[in-house]
Amino acid sequence: MAVDLDRCTGCEACVTACHAENNIPTVGAGQAAHGRAMHWIRVERYWEGDFPDVRVKFRPVLCQQCDAAPCEAVCPTYAAHQTDEGLNAQVYNRCIGTRYCANACMYNVRFFNFFNPEWEKPLHLQLNPDVSIRTVGVMEKCTFCVQRIKAAKVLVKAEDRTIKDGELRPACAQSCPTSALVFGDLNDPESRVARLSRSPRGTKLLEDLGAEPKITYLQRQPWYESDAY
Amino acid sequence: MNRTLTRPLTDDLLRPLFHTSVWFYGLVLVLGTIVACGVAAWAYQVWYGIGVSGLGWPVFWGFYLTNFVFWIGISHAGTLISAILRLVNATWRRPVTRCAEAITVFALMIGAVFPIIHLGRPWLFFWLMPYPSNREIWPNFRSPLVWDFFAINTYLAGSLLFLLLPMIPDFALIRDRTTGWRHRIYGALALGWQGTTKQWHRLEAAMQIMAIAILPVAISVHTIVSFDFSMATVPMWHSTIFGPYFVAGAIFSGIAALIIAMALLRRFLRLERYLHPVHFENLGKLLLLMSLLWAYFVFAERLTVWYGNEPSEMAVFWATQRGAYAPLFWTMVICNLVIPFPILSIRRLRTIPGVVVASLTVLVGMWLERFLIIVPSLANKQLPYSWGSYSPRPVEIVVMVSSFAAMGLLYVIFAKFVPIISIWELKVGDHPRPALTSLETDEAAALWRTQP
Repeated sequence: MAVDLDRCTGCEACVTACHAENNIPTVGAGQAAHGRAMHWIRVERYWEGDFPDVRVKFRPVLCQQCDAAPCEAVCPTYAAHQTDEGLNAQVYNRCIGTRYCANACMYNVRFFNFFNPEWEKPLHLQLNPDVSIRTVGVMEKCTFCVQRIKAAKVLVKAEDRTIKDGELRPACAQSCPTSALVFGDLNDPESRVARLSRSPRGTKLLEDLGAEPKITYLQRQPWYESDAY
Repeated sequence: MNRTLTRPLTDDLLRPLFHTSVWFYGLVLVLGTIVACGVAAWAYQVWYGIGVSGLGWPVFWGFYLTNFVFWIGISHAGTLISAILRLVNATWRRPVTRCAEAITVFALMIGAVFPIIHLGRPWLFFWLMPYPSNREIWPNFRSPLVWDFFAINTYLAGSLLFLLLPMIPDFALIRDRTTGWRHRIYGALALGWQGTTKQWHRLEAAMQIMAIAILPVAISVHTIVSFDFSMATVPMWHSTIFGPYFVAGAIFSGIAALIIAMALLRRFLRLERYLHPVHFENLGKLLLLMSLLWAYFVFAERLTVWYGNEPSEMAVFWATQRGAYAPLFWTMVICNLVIPFPILSIRRLRTIPGVVVASLTVLVGMWLERFLIIVPSLANKQLPYSWGSYSPRPVEIVVMVSSFAAMGLLYVIFAKFVPIISIWELKVGDHPRPALTSLETDEAAALWRTQP
């Protein structure tokens, strides 16, 4: 995935879409104040400068699906593990809730079910039947909408073709009004996401920590704007 | 010690086994009630979910893990100290070793429960064990939590053996003084001990082997507990110093716990004849040494972080140095260094009450140290947007208090059924000699045969 920060308006449509798609419980204001809110994708806001010359920067942060994921090594039960396709899978049934993975994750994109999930009426009527509900005591996180990936695989196999670039999108990318989030196959060098990830505007989040994240953040670089370039 | 004095010695040390005071029932009732409250609090947490604790995003580890590290640290009292003192043949160790080894076993049992209490789904804790599952899934051997599982169980098995071995002659002594069901139970525990010279030699050899074997195990345990933290790239966790730092802190808090336990036993079981001020003074000197070593580790850790000036680490550094956690940090420094240092270094203050006061502050300080290692780092990780805070909820406090009560309860029951001071070792060891000669063991054997 590539995230174009210059396009992101911070509208949080991705957050809402993610909640709806992935059956993420809403915990209410009181629990949210205790750090129990779950947002597989969140829009981080950073302010620069003093009033009135204030600039705000938005950064959607979701699971970076790291190649050398620190969350996977520390899980004692293999609940967090790397699939053959390079996704960081979370096996809910296998999770015993040590919460070590959430501590090891430098992006803090793992969320824990401190209670059994609940939805305020009428949200309980819109649960997605393709996504399992997580019980109390297990960790969860962004899956890159693995249910959509699986469905697309079945579809292209039935139609005996390969998947087209841009055909498959997770809920966040689908709902982004400015197309800031671009999803695709990084193994295909001609895909849009592969081209974007090679852009000189691209950086990885906390790249120096060596987790090899797969998401590229695109951003105007100060040196890129200067006259020297 | 001449032989006319040994009978009162045996009677004296076996008195708690045969005479139950009203204090015993009172203590068991009070401590048992507190432990029951803790069990009820845990049941409440299991029923409603771990959300009844104060944990949340991003501080996923809090009081439970603090107590885990703290109790595993306390467990370094016994085995390590008594093994070292046995190996160097410090004769003053004789009345001290069993109190110390019992602390190790009980603190380990209590400490090992905390990671299970802290699980989101504690009923599945056995997935940490390598058992033959029909899905052929093993635990992930790359995870430090699995290393923990093996380290703690090895240490528990080793220190249980180390506690039980020197108890065999004393069990035999009790066996020969009792009748009925007690005779049968202590007889089984005595493993057929007859006090022959051959048996004494075997026991001495086994204890020598255990004393050597337990040392690397004890050091590895707290190193591996520190690896739970230092393996993660969390600011101020990811540190090479953590292994020795944790071991030093563990021995530090372990000695403090031992001193307090000894002072309580001396007071309540009237062991003034056996636990002398010199024992407290010697352990006080050890405590002073560990206090200075601990302070050196903290200084080395803090200075390198501050000098390196890496932004994410500096966030944690300033949070503990002058931010939200500064009051706790400076309380820790006062408790671990500022109060114990003068008390333990001035001879006039190194009395029994003085050493006990120093030990109490050290326990408080070392508990705070464990908390300050875990929580501020999680609350101030690399992305400032995800900074958070943590404060405990009642359930965590009740469980913590009950863990202290559980320690007291196990200890009271242990002192009721086992002589808390090793009787045969006292009898053998009144002549200070560099090593236990075969003549001496023969003498002990002869003594044992004549006395019961």
